[in-house]
Amino acid sequence: MSSAAVTETMRNAGVNWHSDEMKARRKARYAADRRLQIYGMIAIAFALGFLAILVGSLTFTGYKAFTQTVATVEIDLSQAKVDPANIGEADWRGIVRNALRAQLPDLSRSDERKFFEMFTSSGQFLVRDAVVADPGRLKGVSSFTIPMADPVDQLAKGEIRRDVPESQRRVNDTQIGLYDQLVQKGIISTPFNWGLFFNADSRFPELAGLAGAISGSFWSLLVCFAISFPIGIAAAIYLEEFAPKNRLTDLIEVNINNLAAVPSVVFGLLGLAVFLGWLGLPRSAPLVGGFVLALMTLPTLIIVTRVSLKSVPSSIREAALGIGASKHEAIFHHILPLAMPTVMTGSIISLARALGETAPLLLIGMNAFITSPPDGVFAASTALPTQIYIWADSPERGFVSRTSAAILVLLAFLVLMNGIAIFLRQRFERRW
Amino acid sequence: MNIMSEAAVEKALEQKMSDAHFKMVGKDVSVYYGEKRALFDVNLNVRKNTVTALIGPSGCGKSTFLRTLNRMNDTIEGCRVTGSITLDNADVYDQSVDVVELRARVGMVFQKPNPFPKSIYENIAYGPRIHGLARSKADFDEVVENSLQKAGLFNEVKDRLHEPGTGLSGGQQQRLCIARAIAVGPEVILMDEPCSALDPIATAKVEELIHELRTNFTIVIVTHSMQQAARVSQRTAMFHLGNLVEENDTDKMFTNPDDQRTQDYIMGRFG
Ligand SMILES: Nc1ncnc2c1ncn2[C@@H]1O[C@H](COP(=O)(O)OP(=O)(O)OP(=O)(O)O)[C@@H](O)[C@H]1O
Ligand SMILES: [Mg+2]
Repeated sequence: MSSAAVTETMRNAGVNWHSDEMKARRKARYAADRRLQIYGMIAIAFALGFLAILVGSLTFTGYKAFTQTVATVEIDLSQAKVDPANIGEADWRGIVRNALRAQLPDLSRSDERKFFEMFTSSGQFLVRDAVVADPGRLKGVSSFTIPMADPVDQLAKGEIRRDVPESQRRVNDTQIGLYDQLVQKGIISTPFNWGLFFNADSRFPELAGLAGAISGSFWSLLVCFAISFPIGIAAAIYLEEFAPKNRLTDLIEVNINNLAAVPSVVFGLLGLAVFLGWLGLPRSAPLVGGFVLALMTLPTLIIVTRVSLKSVPSSIREAALGIGASKHEAIFHHILPLAMPTVMTGSIISLARALGETAPLLLIGMNAFITSPPDGVFAASTALPTQIYIWADSPERGFVSRTSAAILVLLAFLVLMNGIAIFLRQRFERRW
Repeated sequence: MNIMSEAAVEKALEQKMSDAHFKMVGKDVSVYYGEKRALFDVNLNVRKNTVTALIGPSGCGKSTFLRTLNRMNDTIEGCRVTGSITLDNADVYDQSVDVVELRARVGMVFQKPNPFPKSIYENIAYGPRIHGLARSKADFDEVVENSLQKAGLFNEVKDRLHEPGTGLSGGQQQRLCIARAIAVGPEVILMDEPCSALDPIATAKVEELIHELRTNFTIVIVTHSMQQAARVSQRTAMFHLGNLVEENDTDKMFTNPDDQRTQDYIMGRFG
């Protein structure tokens, strides 16, 4: 039929597609499409905008924590009285003080005290540990880096301003003068703050790092994964493939869905009562943290696994059963492998959520002040989010930027994990 | 009067030969999906080395009957089967029967080609592997080649045995599924509208294949195409609303059916 003939039929049917009314009508419909698109774009712009503000402000306050002001001091250990067989016993405090004294000789006694305060109070231990690690240093002159105390670090980074009256700042005029002299001598520098990653927590911001928190989080997540992954998959397989559909399984299903929505602090309380109270497991231990996080992760993981099992088309199941595969063969040879990429993606995303979870860990005491990284799942430890919580609560100036830096580190881990999840999904997930 | 007695004689003869000729016998088979009854006392015999076509309007219970033969209905929640179905005179619904063995002996090909998302080779080797029918690599190679040969697919895929079976065309996939069913050495092959997702050329190939397979296997095929039923089958059974209306030689069925409903259906008057 020619298009003229089509139009003819329509005219006969009483429809005039070219009338002004019809045109206006179509125009209104197109406009509605466009409006919807614009709303969507505005929503996305909002979301991205807030994300940018969050990351931006964290970076702005946190970036300074990624560097640390240090003094590089030459120490001649051949002159010092150190017993090579017993390095730890030497008078490291005296050795370090002498070395510092040598930088600015002729200070009055009271100035000298202010001068020493400008360096971290743990300088002696850092030097001792460096020598223990490399006893060859005892033979001659070698240089050591000693972090500056927090106020000086803040001064160097411009966080403490010189034009503020002396009584209102934590670095006095004398110290500013001494600091300038040190700068002039060229021994002050601000290198990358590796300590942020390799030191454990400390009361002194210049020494505080995330090593304890990172390994605490690692152990907790390991425990969480080791428990929730197998249990979650087993439960999901049973519910999806074997369980009869009756009242009881309906009830179980509803409860799993409800559990997934229970606030995490409740799981923390449960962990406190059961794991610490009844079972008497150690406080602050990543083991218990992992248990609690597993409780929290399980419902989500079961739901994700069930959905992914369900999404494998029944034709595959029938194909397997049709040639005489038993039920477990159909599941383990065909259905589960096809569901696995989605299950993995789901688990990683659940683990990422567990990584950021704070409340339950606070309740089981993973917010303790612990100055060495845990050496296993039983050692007391903090985790990344609880470390952030601790630092955010600390009054020292240096912890402000360190809190933001720690959040950035946590976000980096989250992005990394989600990235892996996305990668797995893109790489392995099958679409039907 | 005369006609009646003739029918009676035929029936008696049939009964006599049943042991030798009938591979599967369904007696008073009823199937319920929960409260809903889908089959009403169906009595249908499947002859050895014969292609039996099941026809009838949509929803009349053809698939349901087919799936009772290898107990695929077991996988459906709330499905209940009464009556008896025997395979070589042994009740397939007996407590002692092993479904895994039953399904190896009574294979199935589905409406939509459903190869495993694995290689062509793996698709076919899988059945023999789980049933322990082959052990060495050479055994498997032989089974795979044989099955593909029988399914008339070997020449088309022999250079790509290790490529995914899902990469084949629809018709090839369906023949792969037939090869997969053949590989475990079944005695009966059930096919539920095996050509409904295929184009005419692929359909012709599968029909040809069914024709050849008849010498070695007993085949039951559900089809909506009267032409197909006429082309591939020797016996035809007509279902309507869960009842078996008529079962007869295909030739007779399509020229001179006993039942008015069959006549109407074949003439396209309902369905
Ligand atoms: N899983 C099920 N649950 C409940 N009812 C079902 C189920 N499968 C089939 N039925 C019902 O049983 C009856 C017979 O269905 P069946 O699938 O056997 O029909 P069919 O003859 O194969 O139809 P078609 O030609 O459309 O495939 C239908 O009324 C159908 O609705
Ligand atoms: Mg059907």
